[in-house]
Amino acid sequence: MRDVAVISFSQLLVDKAEANDAELVMPVVREALGRAGLQKQDIGFTCSGSSDFLTGMPFSFVGALDAVGPWPPIEESHVEMDGAWALYEAWVRLQHGDIDTALVYAFGRSTLGPIEDILALQLDPYYEAPMWPDATSLAALQARALLDSGRLSDSDKKKATAEPPKIVDGAAAVVLASGDRARKLCSRPAFISGIDHRIESHLLGVRDLSHSVSTEIAAKHAGCFEKSPTFAELHAPYSAQELILCDALKLDKQVTINPSGGAQNNNAVMVAGLIRIGEAATRVSNREADCALAHASSGPCLQQNLICMLEARA
Amino acid sequence: MSDAVKLFKAPIRLEYTIPAGRATSRFCRGLASGRLYGQRCPECKKVNVPPRGACPTCGVPTEEEVLLPDSGTITTFCIINIAFAAQALELPYACASILLDGADSTLFHLIQEVPVAEIRMGMRVRAVWAENKLASLEAIRHFKPTGEPDALASIEGHF
Ligand SMILES: [Zn+2]
Repeated sequence: MRDVAVISFSQLLVDKAEANDAELVMPVVREALGRAGLQKQDIGFTCSGSSDFLTGMPFSFVGALDAVGPWPPIEESHVEMDGAWALYEAWVRLQHGDIDTALVYAFGRSTLGPIEDILALQLDPYYEAPMWPDATSLAALQARALLDSGRLSDSDKKKATAEPPKIVDGAAAVVLASGDRARKLCSRPAFISGIDHRIESHLLGVRDLSHSVSTEIAAKHAGCFEKSPTFAELHAPYSAQELILCDALKLDKQVTINPSGGAQNNNAVMVAGLIRIGEAATRVSNREADCALAHASSGPCLQQNLICMLEARA
Repeated sequence: MSDAVKLFKAPIRLEYTIPAGRATSRFCRGLASGRLYGQRCPECKKVNVPPRGACPTCGVPTEEEVLLPDSGTITTFCIINIAFAAQALELPYACASILLDGADSTLFHLIQEVPVAEIRMGMRVRAVWAENKLASLEAIRHFKPTGEPDALASIEGHF
């Protein structure tokens, strides 16, 4: 595997954006590139994550491309997912070996429509979506399953709730660079020592909602259990989900969870996962940690999970 | 299989309130007062209309507003001959990309008051404004020929 590192990060969270998608994305892209000392023509590959369902406009991600100035034409890709998965695609692209830098960004104007209902459309279209279960009710189902599992201590039981997260608009950008290029552009790059993502069934009824098996497998493949992270940034919009993730990741009390405040206070849908990676990388780069863990989630009740391990290297 | 379910209804309706964005809001407010505003890029100096707040070439914010005349040149066009569900105009009619004088990107609008067979690239046109101007492109009813000589050379690189 080729060494790839996060060399810069920028985020912008607002209660309600007046900007269009390009206007929302532009400041974070410019700041991330500026911090890396790069210009748009220095970037080998650009990948973004967003969902057209948030704006109710097909191909809204194409409009956001104005923010990166795609002329002369650039090599670009998009995932209809949280930007953490765009980062995964960029990491894979960097493994090809012919380019050294990649720009990843995510954006979401989550406040434009009824987000609790919009998220119902990611469910199975025959048996679940027609019932329109809202996102918080599904999270409550998961919290109930966790409480009923009998695995929780009395103090954790109080945390196993499904209080709706605060929904905000936002954008984030990360610059990745490989090996020596990363060392040249950044005094302390946050190298990705392992990254993996796994998905569980579409149907909620066949899953054990109190366990996150996909997180456990992704963590194993990302080498999480051989490392000792100082910090863990977990993408858990609901507090019961944080307990499930800590359990799957076998995090002990020494690990500080969500020093950034996490996604419960600032849930920018499609952006919050990439922010977790950016936050964890920043703590490595600014010497608060030698190793940090970042997690991102997608789908209802932690259906899909990504683990990214970040570390400093000599 | 004779008992196969071939259809069930699962209606989907979601309502959104979408801010147009800063640049589009300024453009639309200009239309409501009978003015066309583009934005000039600080780097490549090109004037984009309608403006989107970012130069699509350079990826930098565009803040400088440029008042443009409501005349321009047709860079390309199409004639609609086929009836469709939401059709509002009598067939045949024409849509065109119009390069406003002083702009570097084209605006899309209707061409009327001329037989469609006479519409051509390089044709000079001017906006016909609605009496009651909304804050949208509907403030312009359509564009019509000015009668000036064609200006094919002025639109080079735009078709
Ligand atoms: Zn420009």
